[in-house]
Amino acid sequence: MSDNDNIINDHSIEKSTSGKVAFKGLLLAFALILSYVESLIPFYFGIPGAKLGLANLAVVLCLYLFSAGTAITVNILRIILSGFLFGNMFSILYSLAGALFSFVIMLGLKKSGKFSIYGVSVAGGVFHNVGQIMIAAWVVQTVSIVFYLPVLLMAGLLTGLLIGIIASRIMPYVSQFKERIK
Amino acid sequence: MKHMFDRAKIKKTDIILIILILIIAACSFLWYRYQGTPGAAVEVYLDGALTATYPLEQSAEYELTGAHDGHNHLVIADGKASITDADCPDKLCVKQRAISKNGETICCLPHKLVIKISGGMENELDAVTN
Repeated sequence: MSDNDNIINDHSIEKSTSGKVAFKGLLLAFALILSYVESLIPFYFGIPGAKLGLANLAVVLCLYLFSAGTAITVNILRIILSGFLFGNMFSILYSLAGALFSFVIMLGLKKSGKFSIYGVSVAGGVFHNVGQIMIAAWVVQTVSIVFYLPVLLMAGLLTGLLIGIIASRIMPYVSQFKERIK
Repeated sequence: MKHMFDRAKIKKTDIILIILILIIAACSFLWYRYQGTPGAAVEVYLDGALTATYPLEQSAEYELTGAHDGHNHLVIADGKASITDADCPDKLCVKQRAISKNGETICCLPHKLVIKISGGMENELDAVTN
């Protein structure tokens, strides 16, 4: 973990504004591609608005490579853009609620320093779904929609774990690339 | 540059978190199974307010009108209720499986419509819902 901290604390990229903008733009494009792939997969949990949450991979990478501010900016831009491209106004509302909720939890767990990228990513996946189901329950004014909770928890856990593993594998390579644009 | 290729190692707290989520998921699943008693009536809620109640044992088809003048086609057959057609943008209500147990729901978010099974034995969740 101390090695990772070294990478995170390396602010060499901050020196180059254009490099920084380009890199963050790449991460946003990556997030959008993941959203697109997700919209192609006909995966359905039985509850409205719930998705796999693959785009969280880009958010986790942003959180570990840059700052919380960059991660939240990329996250919100990703949701609005993908909502206009592949979804509708409803999907923007649900995604936004789930994303903000999961982001706060991920940031909290990361700042606590007690969890690795795996735990942070799992919490992100799970709380993304929990946030969405809470908004869905509020919109239709019914709590019995919470019946879908076990399925959503398991789905969030599995995708979160997968994203954590992928993120930890590609982090060393991406941060090496980040080092180059000084 | 050697440190660059080291991967993050999973921590004990991560495993505790994962186990905790698994326990919560298993508990809520078992609770749902335990609570699942057969229902007697199909209730239709629009924006949280009860608008219609139909018997579950009587096979029939109904045309429901939701928010934004949306239409959902409700079919009750073999003691199960399902939405077979709708004009909402996502059609997620059509994809949701047929419901028959007390407290089970089908909801259409764009039309703010909820189809809920009730009757039979009142359970704790109904008290909370109402």
